[in-house]
Amino acid sequence: MKNNPFHYDCEISWCPGCGNFGIIEALKETLEELGLKPHETAAISGIGQAAKLPHYIISNGFNGLHGRALPVAMGVKIANKDLTVFVNSGDGDSYGEGGNHLIHNIRRNIDITHFVHNNQIYGLTKGQGSPTTALNQVTTLQFDGVKSSPFNPLAFAISQDCSFVARTFSGDKVHMKAMMKAAIENKGYSLLDILQPCVTFNKINTYKWYKERVYYLDDKYNPYDKEEAFKKALEWGDSIPIGILYKSDKPSFIDRFHHLKEAEPLVKRNWSPKDAKSFMDEFY
Amino acid sequence: MEYNILIGGEAGQGIETISDILEKTLNNMGYYVYSSKDYMSRVKGGHNFTQIRFGNSPIHSHWPYLDLIIALDEKTVNLHQDRLKTNGYILCDTSIKSEDTKTLKIPLMNMAKSLGSPRMVNTVALGAVYKLFGLSYDPAIEHLNARFANKFREENIKALKDGYGAVSKIFTMPQPSGDKNILINGNEACALGALAAGCAYYSAYPMTPSTTIMRFMTRYAEKAGILVEQAEDEIAAINSAIGASYAGIRAMIGTSGGGFSLMVEALGLAGVTETPLVVANVQRPGPATGLSTRTEQSDLLFVISAAQGEFPRMVIALRNTEDAFYQTARAFNLAEKYQIPVIILSDEYLSDCKVTTKPYDFDKITIERYLAEKPEYKGMFKRYEVTSDGISPRIFPSQYENVYVLADSHEHDEYGHISEDIDIRNNMVRKRMKKMERLREELIEPDYFGSEKPELLLIGWGSTYGPLYEAIKLLEKDGFEAGALVFGDIWPLPQKRLLHYCDKAKKIINVEQNYTGQLASLITQQTGIRCHGSILKYDGRQMDSYFIYKAVKEGDY
Repeated sequence: MKNNPFHYDCEISWCPGCGNFGIIEALKETLEELGLKPHETAAISGIGQAAKLPHYIISNGFNGLHGRALPVAMGVKIANKDLTVFVNSGDGDSYGEGGNHLIHNIRRNIDITHFVHNNQIYGLTKGQGSPTTALNQVTTLQFDGVKSSPFNPLAFAISQDCSFVARTFSGDKVHMKAMMKAAIENKGYSLLDILQPCVTFNKINTYKWYKERVYYLDDKYNPYDKEEAFKKALEWGDSIPIGILYKSDKPSFIDRFHHLKEAEPLVKRNWSPKDAKSFMDEFY
Repeated sequence: MEYNILIGGEAGQGIETISDILEKTLNNMGYYVYSSKDYMSRVKGGHNFTQIRFGNSPIHSHWPYLDLIIALDEKTVNLHQDRLKTNGYILCDTSIKSEDTKTLKIPLMNMAKSLGSPRMVNTVALGAVYKLFGLSYDPAIEHLNARFANKFREENIKALKDGYGAVSKIFTMPQPSGDKNILINGNEACALGALAAGCAYYSAYPMTPSTTIMRFMTRYAEKAGILVEQAEDEIAAINSAIGASYAGIRAMIGTSGGGFSLMVEALGLAGVTETPLVVANVQRPGPATGLSTRTEQSDLLFVISAAQGEFPRMVIALRNTEDAFYQTARAFNLAEKYQIPVIILSDEYLSDCKVTTKPYDFDKITIERYLAEKPEYKGMFKRYEVTSDGISPRIFPSQYENVYVLADSHEHDEYGHISEDIDIRNNMVRKRMKKMERLREELIEPDYFGSEKPELLLIGWGSTYGPLYEAIKLLEKDGFEAGALVFGDIWPLPQKRLLHYCDKAKKIINVEQNYTGQLASLITQQTGIRCHGSILKYDGRQMDSYFIYKAVKEGDY
């Protein structure tokens, strides 16, 4: 790992045993194996434990506001489509505070990768229920159990024809890397939900809990079959499928603008004020 | 010599189409046109009107008294006939009840109907107006040809000619100025300034009265090779613009007060990450939804202090269509020089007012990016390096190989890494706020016009510029020793000229389109100077020059 160009020797403030350690290691290896250089990548995040990630790797990075990682990532990609842009944020950030941006970036199909560190709990604010916490689960705030049903991100994304929808588990590095690689390579908005235990605040969804339940989608599974994907997305409880649940090939956001599709990234645009002079003609 | 025309009717009756055509014709003939709109937040019905003031010298304000009212419905007559000059006329349909002997009744509706559609009543009226002023209808035909599809073209031209034939010439046109000018409104000018300045990403959520900025940007997006995005909400608009700016392009967002309120947290994000950003807030009356299609200057104190914490920012109030172009373009340079959010404060009145304006000089616009020269750094870039003037070297991601840029919404060290260290916190707060010191040195002082020894000093900001300018002329004619100081750059508050004239004046009166006198409060807070009186208006309709003149004359302040 020391030779990995994305590796950054620093103090990390995650709890010992946190699922985030596995995720960041898998991410660094994936980026290296894809042949990327740190200056060609941008790690974007919101606020939460997962969102500290840009501080812990070598890359361009933007650690923004809670819930607002996606719009920042979208702006970065719009400015420079040559950059590999990925978001690392938690379930609260991605599915709660930032829910609206999830909907609309699926619609845009902006070419970014969204890694959701989904531990089904709020870690940074110490143990409150998150949008994915199970109904009736007791938390540090919901003493009598969570009263809202959990959000199903994958079923939601598939229903909106998201171009790449996958799930992996932070206890399985090989699978995680395969999913990360496929997600980054997809030319569009890729949602990778990463099941991850919170060793401090979620005593239900532990490593053991996940390990006993997750199973791989087999080779015969066709991710382009939307109905099948929907069924898989609804599967939860005793068995939880992991793998690429759904794919839909369609143009990415920037490629939908024909004047930008073949053009250099906006950051390389040449412009002189006089180029706008003819826009004044309509006012004569 | 000048004339004032009012065209009124219901939404959907085509007031905008005919006023557009008339204004363009007059502007192209070399007249100075000043057209202001008054419209309701509805697509059909209600009461809307446009006031067109024109003459052969520059005009700076709308005017209360009218030479001609073109009434497409009865409500227009009832609501506006009191403002008709003694030698003025009302043009309306024969069915409208009006006792006024100056009423020119023609069968507008029947003429339109006989041509196939009552919808053409506006075009019939337009034809009559051309005749009343003795204008050739040829320019109007050109506009109709350009505007209407084949199907409707012929009948509209016929309607125009029928209207033309239905009345006789009444008004004598002054000699045109001979100047070749453009006719543009505040939002179009603002968008044109942004495009000239190299804005490569514009994002907004539709909100009156700011939406026409986005519309203009979108129209030229392909030609300019840029991207304009209607975001899912204002929060996405501002955060995506911050992302785009961080990644190296000029980005701008636009909204009105409600949308600005949603952007507030991210305004602080631009502040702490020192990401250049241009934000246009086209004000309308609040609070909350307020009056959607009307005007107010009530966001000043809000925008200078919006967002938690302390960070440097600049606020420029747009005063007219000149400012809207040049100051918007300047905002991009200032945002990049100081790595701050620059807020452009406009309002509905300015955004919708179409004014004859000297064509913009694109040679006056410069694009200065203030990016760091090739850094000797390898690895993590010291994006927040503590420097003597607080301005750190700035590069964008992947600008240089093997150099990385990190930005953080937390307090952070020189590399952008999260930190809670006491010294780092102190240094970073000081570094950011220090940028204001240099910014203060290059502020543009407010414009001053009037007596150099004013007994009476009027102080305003933004779009009351034109009305104040004309009011001073009127007061000078009446022998007042008066002057007006009108702020464009307003935060940080430029003080040199303010102190100079306040020292001379016996009476200082703030003139604002709000209830609390926000500029007066700001001046007191910053300088200790107190105004002696206020001329304020907060009914959503812009004060005109006569309103100010009258208030001063009658001591109503």
